[in-house]
Amino acid sequence: MTTELQEYATRIELLAQRLGLDYYPVDFEMAPASLMTEIAVYGLPVRMPHWSFGVRYIHQLVRQSMGHSKIFEVMFPGDPCRAFLMDGNSLAENTLVTAHVLGHADFAKNNQLFARFHAMAGGNIVETAAAHAHRIQLAIEAHGVEKVESVLDAALALESHVAVDAELHRARYPEFAAQKKAKAAPTDFQKRFQQLPGNAEPVMPDLGPVRAAIPPHPEYDLLWFLANYAPELEQWERDIFLMVRAESLYFYPVFACQIMNEGWASYWHARLLREADFLPHHLYLSAIKAHSDVVRPFASGEQTALSLNPYYLGFILWERIVERYGIERAREVCRDEDDFGFVRNWLDEELAAEANLFVYELRPGDEIRVASKDIAAVREAILAPKFNFGAPRVAATEMKHDGSLDMAHDHRSDGRGLDLSRAKRVLDYARRVWRRPVRLHTVNERGEAVELAA
Amino acid sequence: MTIRIAAETPWYELFSRGARDWLRHNEKVRDAVKETLPELLAGADLMTGSASRTVAVPVKFLEHSRLRLADPQVQAGAGQGRGEPGDVLQPGREEGEAAGQAGGTGQGEIRFVVELKIDEIVDWLWEELKLPELKPRRSATLEEPDYVREGWDKRGARSRLDRRRTMKEAVKRHAIQEVAVAEPITLVNEDLRFRQLVRKPSPATSAAVIFALDVSGSMDEAQRRLAKQFFFFALQGIRRQYAKVETVFLAHAAQAWEFEEAQFFQASSSGGTVSSSVARLALDVIGTRYDPGRYNVYFFYASDGENAAEDRDEARATLSEIARAANYSGYVETGGIATFRPRDTQLSEIFAELKAGGMAVGTSRLSSQDDVWTAIREFFVQQSSRDD
Repeated sequence: MTTELQEYATRIELLAQRLGLDYYPVDFEMAPASLMTEIAVYGLPVRMPHWSFGVRYIHQLVRQSMGHSKIFEVMFPGDPCRAFLMDGNSLAENTLVTAHVLGHADFAKNNQLFARFHAMAGGNIVETAAAHAHRIQLAIEAHGVEKVESVLDAALALESHVAVDAELHRARYPEFAAQKKAKAAPTDFQKRFQQLPGNAEPVMPDLGPVRAAIPPHPEYDLLWFLANYAPELEQWERDIFLMVRAESLYFYPVFACQIMNEGWASYWHARLLREADFLPHHLYLSAIKAHSDVVRPFASGEQTALSLNPYYLGFILWERIVERYGIERAREVCRDEDDFGFVRNWLDEELAAEANLFVYELRPGDEIRVASKDIAAVREAILAPKFNFGAPRVAATEMKHDGSLDMAHDHRSDGRGLDLSRAKRVLDYARRVWRRPVRLHTVNERGEAVELAA
Repeated sequence: MTIRIAAETPWYELFSRGARDWLRHNEKVRDAVKETLPELLAGADLMTGSASRTVAVPVKFLEHSRLRLADPQVQAGAGQGRGEPGDVLQPGREEGEAAGQAGGTGQGEIRFVVELKIDEIVDWLWEELKLPELKPRRSATLEEPDYVREGWDKRGARSRLDRRRTMKEAVKRHAIQEVAVAEPITLVNEDLRFRQLVRKPSPATSAAVIFALDVSGSMDEAQRRLAKQFFFFALQGIRRQYAKVETVFLAHAAQAWEFEEAQFFQASSSGGTVSSSVARLALDVIGTRYDPGRYNVYFFYASDGENAAEDRDEARATLSEIARAANYSGYVETGGIATFRPRDTQLSEIFAELKAGGMAVGTSRLSSQDDVWTAIREFFVQQSSRDD
């Protein structure tokens, strides 16, 4: 089978290049189901150990054993890209997957978010993450599993709290506050006012540079902030925080472009298969069958779905864009947008109506009701789980003189307060690495201010 | 383009990272469970216990918390399919109806049970409480003869043939016979070796534990539960030491009865309290079944201490007789701090007298969960210091 797959893959790649796909080389590897499961759990083939992955692993095994979850492929962008094909899949499925991966590879090279991470971190996330895992293993040997675990508890709990537009290697704040700017030229009124008789304004003596407050502004890059400013963090602990942050920055483009990326890959695998006249007819049919399973909106036998299949949504959007505006325009969209722009600019009323998209509401008592088909509401319902890397907006606001830390939840922009019991536990994790009191301000379910402390 | 298939065992087959982290999770769960042990253990009928001697504790998965928003009153999401605004996709539950179903019917739900070996738990507790090990009574009368293996003989029952020893003999004989090395070793009757048994006195390692519980009207549910916990741990401590432990459960009000463990803690009676009744029953049990010459007898008695006034002399006589016969007698007095007690109760006075008389007796008070540990410590420390 592999020789056949190899042959088809080579020819599909030639076809892809002829159709203008532009990508870093892709390194394909056959992998057993067990590895695919782990990648689904960890997000990377080798990643740091932590007990929370164990819980996800068991859930994933159960889902797979019940047939709720089937993994076709995983692809890690980079130079070269690393793709894993599942050895248990049929030849037709793997042919489809090969074409699909080429779509991803093209997307990852051209999309600005992916390209930015690639430029900052280099194109070998698989090796980087494995090196992180190795260093953490060394830390466990040196400091014991409990200590390393408590650092990872905090770092992984705050995984999504990174400034996604910040640099991978971000410098510390300037130590001293900027000198006050020279006053603007006085207006006519001020001139006359100053000439009035009376005591002269006292002149402030120049006390030299003033130490800047930490942080100088609310800091949302919590992993970076803890790594750099926790009063007694040891070097190895700081490293762990920065490693988690680096991986988190890697995951962001994948997260923020999921609909576009899966849609783009689905568009291309459909097109490549359609134009691959060298494929035997029966193989083409099975592959197209697999394609329609991947991009179908509902589970078989169902008429509605309470979650959107990103493959489906992305696929119909790209088909529409290419059909109406041509492939060149589609390439521009692919380069410039992320899911926010993609859905807001390109999902129009017509397409939403064709796809029967709606907003539903789950009310107390588990009643589910279709609430609206308004296009703006539909777009926001799709995008809502994606804001701010899927996490509440929490910033470090002030480090006090005793070294304690104040954090604030921006409940106004999030619309409601935090889940208090979870927030308290996260605060407990953070307390162990900050080693001084930490406080978090948010609101409760009645909208009253609350302060959590640990 | 090439698609690689590793020629040798690829790195990812060497071990499962998911399984590694899952085991670490389980370890953490175990540690968490340990902290709530006493309550957990009080629940089941553990004292006589099943053969496997484990407890299965249902637990939740540990959650690695993240910051997230509180659940809103009305959750919204994007869906797809047939439906107009206002259509109900899933009718709500009627108030109060089937609310409990939600827990068990979810397909993805995984039940997670931690199995703990009782012996492990007790080892852990003993370490934690720094309790000493019990020692069997040092007494010649406790020696009972037993067969032990000793030496070999050329004759014997086929079932006691020592194959390894026999082969050794054959090899030795072969070596000094100077035959060709290539020749295979053969066995002859001379080579056979049989294990021998001899009768030797060995110290008795069986114990009998008699639990007596006051089930009169004044002992409420909470007091009985405390007594049960205390009995459980006392028994586990004794089990650590003896190969064979037999248990007897006696309950009394004005009269005394013997029970199975399962019914023991459910038993209740509204009658008055006559302690001598249970003491006499215990003496009877010791006399007929557990000869103190062959058994290490332990007697534990839990009561709220109030005994009928006219029973005082009788109770003192019988209880002191038990104290003489048993390795050790323990008395725990249950009752909340709130209970109005103008003076020491009759039973605690009796036991205090026995103790003052140099008998192997211990007393303790049980008014809350924490007292169980104090009581256990008290008994085991006293008992072992008596041994020294």
